[in-house]
Amino acid sequence: MSENNTLLRVEDLRLYFRTRQGTVQAVDGVDLELKENEAMVILGESGCGKTSLSRAILRLLPNNVETYSGKIFLEGLDTMELNDERFRRQIRWFKMSMVPQAAMNALNPVIKVGEQVAEPLLVHKKAEKQEALEQAAWMFEQVGVPTDFLNRYAFELSGGMRQRVALAMALITLPALVFLDEPTSALDVLTQANIFNVLKDIKKELAVGFILITHDIATSSELADTVAVMYAGEIVEVSDARHFFTEPLHPYSRLLMASVPRLKVDQEPTFITGQPPSLINPPSGCRFAPRCPSVFQKCSEHPPTFQVDGRKVRCWLHA
Amino acid sequence: MSSVMSERPQDAPQDIPQSMTTPTTGKEPGQRPELLEVQDLHVWFELKRFGFLHAGYVQAVDGVNFTLREQGAIGIVGESGCGKTTLMKTILGINRPIKGKIIFEGEDLGGLTSRDLQSYRGKVGYVQQDPYGALPPFMTVENILAEPMIIAGITDPQEHEQRIRDVLTEVKMTPVENFLTKFPHMLSGGQQQRIVIARAMILNPRLIVADEPVSMLDASVRVEILRLLERLQETHDLAVIYITHDLSTVRYFSDHIFVMYAGKLVERAEVNSLLRNPLHPYTQALLEATPDPDYKNALTHKELPPGEPPSLVNPPSACRFHPRCPYKIEGLCEVQLPPDFEPEPNHFAACWLYR
Repeated sequence: MSENNTLLRVEDLRLYFRTRQGTVQAVDGVDLELKENEAMVILGESGCGKTSLSRAILRLLPNNVETYSGKIFLEGLDTMELNDERFRRQIRWFKMSMVPQAAMNALNPVIKVGEQVAEPLLVHKKAEKQEALEQAAWMFEQVGVPTDFLNRYAFELSGGMRQRVALAMALITLPALVFLDEPTSALDVLTQANIFNVLKDIKKELAVGFILITHDIATSSELADTVAVMYAGEIVEVSDARHFFTEPLHPYSRLLMASVPRLKVDQEPTFITGQPPSLINPPSGCRFAPRCPSVFQKCSEHPPTFQVDGRKVRCWLHA
Repeated sequence: MSSVMSERPQDAPQDIPQSMTTPTTGKEPGQRPELLEVQDLHVWFELKRFGFLHAGYVQAVDGVNFTLREQGAIGIVGESGCGKTTLMKTILGINRPIKGKIIFEGEDLGGLTSRDLQSYRGKVGYVQQDPYGALPPFMTVENILAEPMIIAGITDPQEHEQRIRDVLTEVKMTPVENFLTKFPHMLSGGQQQRIVIARAMILNPRLIVADEPVSMLDASVRVEILRLLERLQETHDLAVIYITHDLSTVRYFSDHIFVMYAGKLVERAEVNSLLRNPLHPYTQALLEATPDPDYKNALTHKELPPGEPPSLVNPPSACRFHPRCPYKIEGLCEVQLPPDFEPEPNHFAACWLYR
């Protein structure tokens, strides 16, 4: 597998929802590119559209969608051209799968976890049951669940173990890309660190790509190769992890980094005043301008994305 | 800014005669009188089979001792299920201990009648974890803040209004008029948490118990809320118990950290001493597992103790961390309960490594 292989390319993706108050522009013109076996973190505060973005790429849409447009290339194939049935048969769980938020609480309580993990194979790959269960046992080993847990029910497992089971379920069909939506937000510190150890192993051994959606900057650095920062429906910065975690470019990313309480470094955290704008009628200029400390005249215009040393930033400061 | 507690002199703690104090620096809480004392506290919940047969106990809090002085701020750190919320609820007088005492301002909580408890709760403010869940959805901000005063028997409507204004100004919900008629769902998460804090402050408490006050909030507002609590603590000479699973926020807020594991306090120390030199193997693991944002994290594996926290129905014998401990001493850790050792001054660890 060559290093420069593009796995996913998203161009000008838009997802608007119809609500009684007006149109919610949850995902507004997002461009992304992800290489094979790369882990990208999408960082953002709640309500910035990061979950909607992942659902737009996976086409898991509610029924109040007003606009759904743009291009999504997965391994070179434009998935937006596929109809829903072909998308379901060819893409979902074959090429891309997802561990949704609070997945550990979404396991079926009356089916043994082993059978649940095997189910995608039975449904999507038409595998024999015995074979699927063997595969499930192998996947349990990969994510660090003892194989004698195969015959247990979800309520017999701890939170960390259930999260691993949800992960095994997303990985069982060996997709090229897995979305992780806040995979550890409900877990304890030690369990969280253990899950990230598992994710690192899996990334190395199964060569999957990850898109990790989170608001937790500190833990996101455990997996990230690239970081995309989302604010009010837009991607405001895309950068490699090394540069992002040492010196972010966008004023929002900088403030976000400064707001993280540090354990090992003596640095007083700061906070960002104000609130993110409503996604119904967002401001016409730069969406961060009302909260930005370095705001200037130009900010009343909507900034395009600028390239700075291979990093992308949507800010007039870097024009 | 007008202060809700302006009747209390700001320099009260300096009135303590020198003979009572330990020779420490001026800002040390060691000089101040004791506010809350927890002695050998055991909170067990009985498990029943078929509704009446005894089936054991959940030993949620098992032998906890500590002292909180006036204006002191302690952070209690532990994972979910370690008993930190039970400890907090017992301090609030919601759970009753089966053994041990909680002494607040010299009075034993166990001896209080329910009427006394009500006035006690006026002195202890409670900041809940999930602000949206903690605020009644059908009440306006004004009504939410008036409720504790009605319960406490404050009837003067002018005093109600004055106190609500003062407290809202203090939590920076200004202009006050804009918020009085709002319902909780009209506020952002940060604003909701401010209302929860305002409600906890409205009866001029001496102690605030905050249970994960920022864990449901976005990163950008967390620090703001913590700063707010810090300022309230300073302006009102409050004592604070801050309960969390997140070590990284504790250091900005508390002067002491207590680490709790499976119902017991395993380490107690002053913040910097604990972070610089964690003694208990569990504290060491917690520190190791808490990341700072750094791209190097993605390149390395963390060395962590295996397994998960034990069930509190049938906890491991003696030291409850021994099944996961990398430094377990055979024949000792699983046999005999470690007492609190003090390898450094004022730094206690319940671990046989320091015998």
